[in-house]
Amino acid sequence: MSARADILSNIRRSMGVNGSERPRVATVEERLERAPRGVVVERGRGSKEERLALFVAQAKGALATVVEVESRAEVPAAIAAYLRENNLPARIRRGDDPRLEEMPWADTALEISFGKSDGKDLTAVNHAFAGVAETGTLVMTAGHENPTTLNFLPDYAIAVLDAKDVTGDYEDMWSKLRFAYGKGGMPRVVNWITGPSRSADIEQTMLLGAHGPRSLHVVIVKG
Amino acid sequence: MTAHPTSPRFKDNARQALDDAQLQKALGNVRVNFIERRAAVAAKLPEFEELRDSARDIKDHVLAHLDLYLERYEEAVTRSGGQVHWARTAAEAREAVLAICRRVGAKTVTKGKSMISEEIALNDAIEAAGMKAVETDLGEYIIQLRHEAPSHIIAPAVHLNATQVESDFRKHHTHLDPARDLSQPTQLLTEARTILREKFLAADVGITGANFLIAETGTSIIVTNEGNGDLTQTLPKVHIVIASIEKVVPTLEDASQILRVLARSATGQEMSVYTTFSTGPRRPGDVDGPEEYHVVLLDNGRSAMLGTEFQDMLRCIRCGACMNHCPVYHAVGGHAYGWVYPGPMGAVLTPTLIGVDKGGHLPNASTFCGRCESVCPVRIPLPKLMRHWREREFERHLSPATVRWGLGFWAFFAKRPKLYRLATGLAMRALARLGRTKGRFASLPFASGWTDHRDFPAPQGATFQDQWKARRNGRTA
Repeated sequence: MSARADILSNIRRSMGVNGSERPRVATVEERLERAPRGVVVERGRGSKEERLALFVAQAKGALATVVEVESRAEVPAAIAAYLRENNLPARIRRGDDPRLEEMPWADTALEISFGKSDGKDLTAVNHAFAGVAETGTLVMTAGHENPTTLNFLPDYAIAVLDAKDVTGDYEDMWSKLRFAYGKGGMPRVVNWITGPSRSADIEQTMLLGAHGPRSLHVVIVKG
Repeated sequence: MTAHPTSPRFKDNARQALDDAQLQKALGNVRVNFIERRAAVAAKLPEFEELRDSARDIKDHVLAHLDLYLERYEEAVTRSGGQVHWARTAAEAREAVLAICRRVGAKTVTKGKSMISEEIALNDAIEAAGMKAVETDLGEYIIQLRHEAPSHIIAPAVHLNATQVESDFRKHHTHLDPARDLSQPTQLLTEARTILREKFLAADVGITGANFLIAETGTSIIVTNEGNGDLTQTLPKVHIVIASIEKVVPTLEDASQILRVLARSATGQEMSVYTTFSTGPRRPGDVDGPEEYHVVLLDNGRSAMLGTEFQDMLRCIRCGACMNHCPVYHAVGGHAYGWVYPGPMGAVLTPTLIGVDKGGHLPNASTFCGRCESVCPVRIPLPKLMRHWREREFERHLSPATVRWGLGFWAFFAKRPKLYRLATGLAMRALARLGRTKGRFASLPFASGWTDHRDFPAPQGATFQDQWKARRNGRTA
């Protein structure tokens, strides 16, 4: 018997079932279809303003830095300012997300390269799919628009987040994702990112910048 | 690595651990940090206890329908372009991984942290096949240099101090300036980051574990703070996930419920830094990500736990809270347990996976104080499960003759309450009289196991039962 058939029949023997019982199958179908939300976390239930404030507080609590701008047009200047403040070269790498494409990058002196990272970039910019207020978590989706390597290889990761995409909790974020990708459809990778990379593997002392970015900067577009 | 368990020598291991000054110093960090951090973050979330119930119920629901969810999971993985490989045993799992590595001509294999990899001793197999296995989690990297097993399921190098790590780095990173300063932990981290960055970029295959598998979407989830798992799975041509069958959950919502209790219970964080949901290989238009996505699904005795008194153990989400709160783990550390899984969860799981004849000592290494159960995010009744193993060990005549004789002796009196009261009453009065000058005994016949390490206090006179009786009479009078 194949390993697959063997394992499944072992499971069924242990539980005294044969796998074709109607009620069991129906229970599973129903759960997958309905995807119940379970316990709701109250802190994510606030108004739009409260959600944004909670996201900012939680992201800072996870040691990200956050700046808010009024419109998409102000993003390149905000990023240029951040690089200057941190004595970083005026260079970024990014994907071709349409929201990033329409920003006035030419108004700044930023030198921009495109596509995935080869590990030599100091700074990269990705646009977030969403933010989750309850833990200050960024939600990034993979694709040429926002290459996954840009979230992990640069020393300084910068994420642009639209305030309207901040949900209260994870469940609201999944609803938003299902709306965008269809039920059961998933981007190749969804990255939840809560603060910069860290490790406490040496004597339980928390140190930033283990393998991923040493620093995570979030630019929130309010308009 | 850990192919040969030393669990049968638990008592010797424990004795050595108690005499190991370096280990005792390192364990001091466990006793304080993990417990305080978890308590603080749990207190900040009013729904925490309710979420623990929810997590328990989700896992119970999955276990009751495990065959069906695994079938649905496999369908969804296949739909997204990935491939599932079923493995009955550790050997089959190793072979499935090696077959993929050989087919793509792999030279270097990077690895995210995975307890299943430890369980099946995968690194040894990769090296024996002529390939290089590189652990990328900082703690795992350190213990790989030392040829040690992890001593904790989420903090593999928690038994070490910074000075030990420094000397390992000097011994192994011989291409670097011997006069470099490594006195600060940040310098150690920077050195490991630089060395491992090259490995990430050179790897042909990346292997990660999975905290959850999602039946609805065919997604695997990893949770890390370092980002090493993401670099491991994103940069090479091939991503292999190794996971055991009980990791499956129905939906993204179910995973989110359990994720809320995972980081809080494990490291005391609101959320880990990187939680990654991976579904299949690179898609048309993608500029990065693996070209192949494989999942090796391991049984290794788990299907046989279903329907038994040990089924509850399959709820375990590997957070480590039970060992973080265990007075026995605090005293002896993880290596004394002698195999892959230490602490209370290891004491229950190890006899299942390597046999009660080899792992039977571990369920005895518990005071039954119940702290493990009180913090378990999926409410596994760990003391009860350890007691089941003790019963099995006794039934199979695996416990030592002195223990069996002692239990028989005690049972004789326990079944005869009058005799029991008479004997204990006499013994207590005799001990009280003998010990009245000092109030304690430095040695006692048949009790050297106690008195070798500390004095035995002299009884104050009447037995507990006598005092209880007197108190009750006093109250009703």
